[in-house]
Amino acid sequence: MSKVFAPLLVVCGAMFFYAPFLIVGAPYEATMGLVQKIFYFHVPSAMTLFLSAFVAGIASAIFLFAGRPAADRVAAAAAEIAVVLGIIVLVSGPLWARKAWGVWWQWDARLTSTLVMWLVFQSYLLLRRYGGPGSERLAAAVAIFGAALVPFVYWSVNLWRTVHPNTNVVPTLAPSMRGPFWFCVAAFLCLYVLLLTLRTALESRRSELDALYLALED
Amino acid sequence: MKRTLAIFVFALLVMATGDLHAQPPSKDGFVPVDQLGTQEQLPATPLVAAAYGVAWGAVLVYVWTIWRRLARVEREIAEVSRRIAAGTRR
Repeated sequence: MSKVFAPLLVVCGAMFFYAPFLIVGAPYEATMGLVQKIFYFHVPSAMTLFLSAFVAGIASAIFLFAGRPAADRVAAAAAEIAVVLGIIVLVSGPLWARKAWGVWWQWDARLTSTLVMWLVFQSYLLLRRYGGPGSERLAAAVAIFGAALVPFVYWSVNLWRTVHPNTNVVPTLAPSMRGPFWFCVAAFLCLYVLLLTLRTALESRRSELDALYLALED
Repeated sequence: MKRTLAIFVFALLVMATGDLHAQPPSKDGFVPVDQLGTQEQLPATPLVAAAYGVAWGAVLVYVWTIWRRLARVEREIAEVSRRIAAGTRR
């Protein structure tokens, strides 16, 4: 693992320790009140999910077309983290919706497309685990499609009629909300780098183990 | 016949006018917000706490699973390395 891992861990821990104080200090939204505070974790985790989907897709493309095994290891790590972040997004969203919309779930464009993208990355992991020899190449193609879904998920709120807030919310945030929000985004990005480093290290060690088993057979 | 038709049209007009001027039933009184049904006064605190709890829980459980898997792989690497070393010494 890289030398920056330990300092980054300390910085990330400090950021996540400080984030709740900023969130509590941020003003209540006029119509939604307290429940809108979910926004400060929901949206940063969604942004990091998009980033992870892109990383998985690009790394998979490098693996498929350039044949680099290191890229496959990064793709596997990014896809797994995308699934974890997807769980956070898909659970925190309905908890917010229950109060704001009166329902847990709406089959609208943003929610449905996010669920589909999460299922694509779930299928990537299932393919790698149960697909047998050579499944990593098939899984890589699935990850590329998963990454291609990101722009559709992002713009779905502007293209179709939906109850979900559109993409203007973040650029037009009030200054008192903007600070805590971007701080949480930075904290999630920091966490993402840590998780990706740790998970890629696991894949690298697994590859070394496979090489050792081959050496043992020879 | 004309008289019957006129009475029918007049009756229809009276009914239609009656509908137009129909008022919603008057309220018996104002309802204070703290007396609303449970759905309207759903508290936000448990929802916010649950959202943050799930986020933290998911991350911590995930980190724990990575450490567990990493520890297992390290043990296996040590074991296989030991077997390879024992094999080359023979």
